[in-house]
Amino acid sequence: MLRLEGIDAFYGDLQALYDVSLEVEQGRVFALVGANAAGKSTTLRVISGLVTPRRGRVVLDGQDLTTVPAHARVDLGVVQVPEGRRLFPFMSVTENLLLGAHTPRARAERDATLKYVYTLFPVLAERRGQLAGSLSGGEQQMCAIGRALMARPRVLMLDEPTLGLAPVLVKRIFDTVRTINADGMTIMLVEQNVRQALTLAQRAAVLESGHLVLHGQGAALLADERLKRAYLGM
Amino acid sequence: MDPARRLGRAQIDVFAQLGVSTILLGGIYALIAVGLTLIFGIMRVVNFAHGEFLMLGMYLGFWAFTLLSMDPWFVLFVSIPLFFGIGVLTYVLVMKGVIHASHNVQIFTTVGLSTALQNTALVLWSGDFHTVRPWHALRPIRMLGTAFNLSQVVAFVIALTLTVLLFAFMRFTHTGRVMRATAQDRDAAILMGIDTDRVYRITFALGIAAVGAAGVLVSPLYAVYPTAGLQFVLLSYVVVVLGGLGDMVGALIGSLIVAAVEVAGSYWFGTAWKEIFYFLLFIGVLVFRPAGLFGQRGAENLGV
Ligand SMILES: Nc1ncnc2c1ncn2[C@@H]1O[C@H](COP(=O)(O)OP(=O)(O)OP(=O)(O)O)[C@@H](O)[C@H]1O
Ligand SMILES: [Mg+2]
Repeated sequence: MLRLEGIDAFYGDLQALYDVSLEVEQGRVFALVGANAAGKSTTLRVISGLVTPRRGRVVLDGQDLTTVPAHARVDLGVVQVPEGRRLFPFMSVTENLLLGAHTPRARAERDATLKYVYTLFPVLAERRGQLAGSLSGGEQQMCAIGRALMARPRVLMLDEPTLGLAPVLVKRIFDTVRTINADGMTIMLVEQNVRQALTLAQRAAVLESGHLVLHGQGAALLADERLKRAYLGM
Repeated sequence: MDPARRLGRAQIDVFAQLGVSTILLGGIYALIAVGLTLIFGIMRVVNFAHGEFLMLGMYLGFWAFTLLSMDPWFVLFVSIPLFFGIGVLTYVLVMKGVIHASHNVQIFTTVGLSTALQNTALVLWSGDFHTVRPWHALRPIRMLGTAFNLSQVVAFVIALTLTVLLFAFMRFTHTGRVMRATAQDRDAAILMGIDTDRVYRITFALGIAAVGAAGVLVSPLYAVYPTAGLQFVLLSYVVVVLGGLGDMVGALIGSLIVAAVEVAGSYWFGTAWKEIFYFLLFIGVLVFRPAGLFGQRGAENLGV
C-alpha cells in the first residue's frame, strides 16, 4: 500500500538515509526499529513530506507522492503522530481533536470519529476542556493518537509512542495500537521497545545509521541472532 | 454657588473628560494594534509597513469623501474587503518570499515596503495635508459634563466592535483555531493537513483589513498625508510590547494604557510631550518587563 523506493535523505550535507526501500502492506502493522539517530523519524518525515528526499520515491497505492505537498498528503490518508506528541499545548483536548479533522474528508465524518476516539480513550472525554499541555504523558500520547485518528488516516504512522511512559502505559498504548489495527487500520510503528514492537508487527525492518539492514517478518526478526545481540541484549 | 464647590465640579469634569478621551482613543488604538499583534503572533513577522496601510485607509476615506461625498462609515463596507484583498496581494507578492527568512531580511523587506508606500502616496497625492469633514465631525456630543464629536464616538464603537469580532473569530471559528495551531506548532499543523501558506495569507490579510478599517475610521479625526501612519505605528509598537507580543487581549489593555498616557501627558504637559511619554513607557517596559506587562502570556496564547 505504502512503498518507499531507494530513498536518500539529507539534512544539509549530512546524509540521514541511504537507499531505503520498504513496503507497508494494507491492514498490517509494520515496525521500524533501530538505535538513536538511525534515521527512523527521518523516514517518517520523508513519508509525510516534511523532509524532501534527494533521491527515490514515496508511493501510495501506485500514486507517486514525491511532489505532493506535506499538508495535502494528509487528505490522501497519510497521517503521522510525531515524536514527542507535538500537541497544541495551549488548546484544550477537544480543540486538539477537532484540529485533527481539518481536511474536508475528515470533517465530513468529524462527529462520528470523535465518538470513536472518546470510546477508545474515555479519559480524553473526561479531560475534554483541559489544556493539552497540562495532561500527563500518557494522556498526551492518547490525545496525539486521537488527534491523528480524527484525520481519518488510511495509514497511521506512530513515532515512538511509548517514549518516556511507565510500563503500564506502554502496555496500554500497545493494546491500543492492536485495537486500532484490528479495526482495519494500516500502521507503521517506530519503536525503541524492540521486543514488543516485533511481537505486534507482521512485518518489520531495522535501520542502522541510515541503512536498512534487516527486514522480514516480525517474528523472524525477533529470532535473528544479530538483532538479538544488538537490541535485546541477549 | 460657592467657589470651592465650583472648583470641585471642574475637577470632576476634567477627570471625566480625560477618562472618556482615554477610552475613545484606546478603542481606536486597539484596532490598529490588534492587526500588528495578530500578524506577529501567527507569522512571527513584525510588519514595519503597518502604519502605511493605515495611511492608505485614511486616503481611501479622504478620496471617497472628496470625490464621491461618501461618508467614512459607509466606506468601511468597501474598505474591509478591499484591504483584505490588498493584504492577500502583499502577502503573495512580498511576504511569502521572506516568511521563512531571517529576521533581518524580514525587517529590510517591511521597512522597504513602508518607504515604497509612503513615496507612492507622495507621488500620487503630493505631500499636502488633507482633512475630511463629514457632518458628524462637527456634531458635538455632551455626556457627564464632557464634550466629544460624534465621529470620535462612532469610530470608537465601530473599532471596538471590529476588534471584538476579530477576537471571536480567533477563538470560536475553525479557521481561527487553525491559525492558533499554526502559531503554536507549525510542523504539527502541517501534519494535520493544514496548509500553512494559506494560514499566513489569511492572517496577513486580516491584519491589513483591520488596520485599513482603522485608517478609514480616523480619517475625519486626523490630517491625511503620506507619512500620517508613522504617529500611529510608533504607539502600536508600544501597545504590542506592553500587551505581550502576539497577545490580542494584551493589545486591548495596552491600547488603553497608551491612550491614558497620551491623554494625561497632553493635558498636563502639552501635546508635544505625548511621544516622550510613550517612549518612556516603552523603555520602562523593555527594561523591567521585556515579555510585556502580563509576563509570558503573549508567547503562550499566541494570537488569542
Ligand atoms: N532537523 C535536523 N537537522 C539536522 N540533522 C538532523 C535533524 N533531524 C535529525 N537529524 C540527524 O539525522 C540523523 C537521523 O535522525 P532521526 O531523528 O531520523 O533519528 P531517529 O532514528 O528517529 O532517532 P531517535 O531514536 O533519537 O528519535 C541523526 O544523525 C540526526 O542527528
Ligand atoms: Mg526519532
